[in-house]
Amino acid sequence: MIIELGHYALVLALATALVQAIVPIAGARRGDRALMELASSAALVCALLVAFSFAVLTFAYVTSDFSVRNVWENSHSLKPLIYKISGVWGNHEGSMLLWLLILVFFSALVALFGRNLPETLKATVLAVQAWIAAAFALFILLTSNPFARLIPAPGEGKDLNPVLQDVGLAIHPPLLYLGYVGFSVCFSFAIAALIEGRIDAAWARWVRPWTLAAWTFLTAGIAMGSYWAYYELGWGGWWFWDPVENASFMPWLAGTALLHSALVMEKREALKIWTVLLAIMTFSLSLLGTFLVRSGVLTSVHAFATDPTRGIFILAILVVFIGGAFSLFALRASRLKSGGLFAPISREGALVLNNLILTTATATVLTGTLYPLVLEALTGEKISVGAPFFNMTFGLLMLPLLCAVPFGPLLAWKRGDFTGVAQRLFVAAAVGLVVAAVYYYVMNGGPVLALLGIALGVFLIVGALTDLVLRSGIGKVAGSIAWKRLSGLPRSAFGTALAHAGLGVTLIGIVAVTAFETETVVEMKPGMTVDAGGYTLRFDGMRQGRGPNYTEETGHFTVSRGGVAVTEIWSSKRLYTARRMPTTEAGIRTFGLSQLYVSLGDPMTDGGIVVRVWWKPLILCIWGGALIMMAGGIVSLSDRRLRVGAPTRAKRPARLALGAAE
Amino acid sequence: MIRLLLALVLCLTTVVSALAVNPDEVLADPALEVRARAISAKLRCMVCQNQSIDDSNAELAKDLRVLVRERLTNGDTDEAVIAYVVSRYGEFVLLKPRFEAKTVILWGMPVILLICGGVALVLAARRRSAGTPGAPLSDKEKEELDKLLRS
Repeated sequence: MIIELGHYALVLALATALVQAIVPIAGARRGDRALMELASSAALVCALLVAFSFAVLTFAYVTSDFSVRNVWENSHSLKPLIYKISGVWGNHEGSMLLWLLILVFFSALVALFGRNLPETLKATVLAVQAWIAAAFALFILLTSNPFARLIPAPGEGKDLNPVLQDVGLAIHPPLLYLGYVGFSVCFSFAIAALIEGRIDAAWARWVRPWTLAAWTFLTAGIAMGSYWAYYELGWGGWWFWDPVENASFMPWLAGTALLHSALVMEKREALKIWTVLLAIMTFSLSLLGTFLVRSGVLTSVHAFATDPTRGIFILAILVVFIGGAFSLFALRASRLKSGGLFAPISREGALVLNNLILTTATATVLTGTLYPLVLEALTGEKISVGAPFFNMTFGLLMLPLLCAVPFGPLLAWKRGDFTGVAQRLFVAAAVGLVVAAVYYYVMNGGPVLALLGIALGVFLIVGALTDLVLRSGIGKVAGSIAWKRLSGLPRSAFGTALAHAGLGVTLIGIVAVTAFETETVVEMKPGMTVDAGGYTLRFDGMRQGRGPNYTEETGHFTVSRGGVAVTEIWSSKRLYTARRMPTTEAGIRTFGLSQLYVSLGDPMTDGGIVVRVWWKPLILCIWGGALIMMAGGIVSLSDRRLRVGAPTRAKRPARLALGAAE
Repeated sequence: MIRLLLALVLCLTTVVSALAVNPDEVLADPALEVRARAISAKLRCMVCQNQSIDDSNAELAKDLRVLVRERLTNGDTDEAVIAYVVSRYGEFVLLKPRFEAKTVILWGMPVILLICGGVALVLAARRRSAGTPGAPLSDKEKEELDKLLRS
């Protein structure tokens, strides 16, 4: 009965969304307040209905109600509770419901906190959100109903895919969806601006926090997914340029560009049309990502929706929304007046460069991802576009951008002084080169390019800090005054510095692992040793074990350095009983920012076992940098100016305090 | 997104939990082995999704790895090895497609976009700076201005 209620709530949510999609627009046209205000209540009701529906599905998973087909297909009564819950979105139907839940949740946030938005803008934004929600609710109800019953109910479920039974899965998809779907709000704002034919700095002030929030979640989701793949797949790779990864990376790149162009628009009233276009493109790429993953078009084995009706349905959603948005843009963009003059060498100029390169990079990833599909459809010829292509093109594009990053925040608005900024960044560049030289000495040599990469990473970090140092006058004025100035700086300045420094940290991790990683593949018998990264691993033997829903064989290794035992590593291979599916649980030990990664291969006939040992220098920098970038996003989000729900001017006391600090 | 974990999972019937290069495949000559690894990273495992033969543990990938090493020990250059594999398995096997007629758009996209974007930006900047002083004076206006100045 409860299951049917959940299903019914979803139908009601669709009906509510349809009302929310039409009535407020009519209200905004006629200037009818009552009709416009309906948008907010409808958004809240819709969110509650979808939340109820989602809760019902979760309940079915937690109680292992195998009369629900979806639960039977993806759950098992012996599974730990956390994986019963995370299993809700570990499958097609459930993950689409989660997508919808997050969408209506964001609509509800706009409804709740958008009190100081112009009435018509708010009504239109919520209506656009409802168009998307209605399309996806319809998609779920017609093609991917998670509440379908199975009669008679089977006694036991088929279990969740074992690789997905991991804390990573519990966190990764929701984070990624929060990012993907968060951009829907920017999209709705862009569409509303086009419909209204009006756009101003207040609009950018509203869009920027949403972009920041979505970007922060997407950064977290991608980093989480990357780390998950790293420890779960068992061969130590952390990025594969897989189409599914690209599907999440493209909105991130476009979102990063949007973040920066919205800045120009808010501060200088320039790049308006471009910002609207980017907002549309970013969410379009999120929709495209959903389509690529859900439709199975990638001929990829991991697209779990192989049913073509689903693919066609999502394709229709894609065509209607993206096509509609771009047509509307073509029709109405000329109405938006652009303003704000600036010289090529200026903060705006740097941000435009950022946008040019990031958009090109997005387009490159998009072309690379879709090219094989399109070519095969058109000519029947099959080609592959894989990591070597992306590493080369994307790497070449990123190089000038990374070099330019520290310059951006230091350049003045309107007209900047390039030589002056270059002089101020001299210290940062020098520090970068010195660190690279030291690294060269410590590593006993290394490829020049890799060392320059390390230097560039350090340049990014120190360059980001340089901005804070210069703005607070550290070293030029007395310490107490510098401290006052530093604490008086807007939060967004710290956000920028953190995000840019995080980028540098990630770069260092990538370069170090790519250039200085070592890999050893050996057949080992108990008592044998192998060296990696200055440590010696002794294989002590295998041990059988048993978990709640799997059996495992674990290899034990003693790690020593200079003859002294420092730690031990267990590395296992599991066999999940319900699906008879093996997984590798790599043994990972962290030393500072570097890691030893041990993974077991096949047993050999003579009693030995294949062991792979990697030394991954500074690998934690890759994800640590992402964490710092996220921190930058959060700090920037907490800036009074941008706080969601408080886009009004800062209150007087705060401004006085700021004035006093300056 | 569930990313390529699932790829791996569904590959698992052929894969079990073995991983890529096995000790028995490794060449005795370390320089040759390094070349073999570099080449392997550029060749696709045909039965997997988006995995190089260096990363994959499928039977076919193993066969190809052994083949690459055989050719290298016979004294082939890197290019010759790759050309040989392509002649047997088609271009699908290359993870980095060659630059040719059918991949012009693929390879050209970044360059074209950068150039077009750059040109558009320069034009826009020119138009903006040229546009601000207002339209040039017409002949009649000039005459009037001259008159005013002379008087």
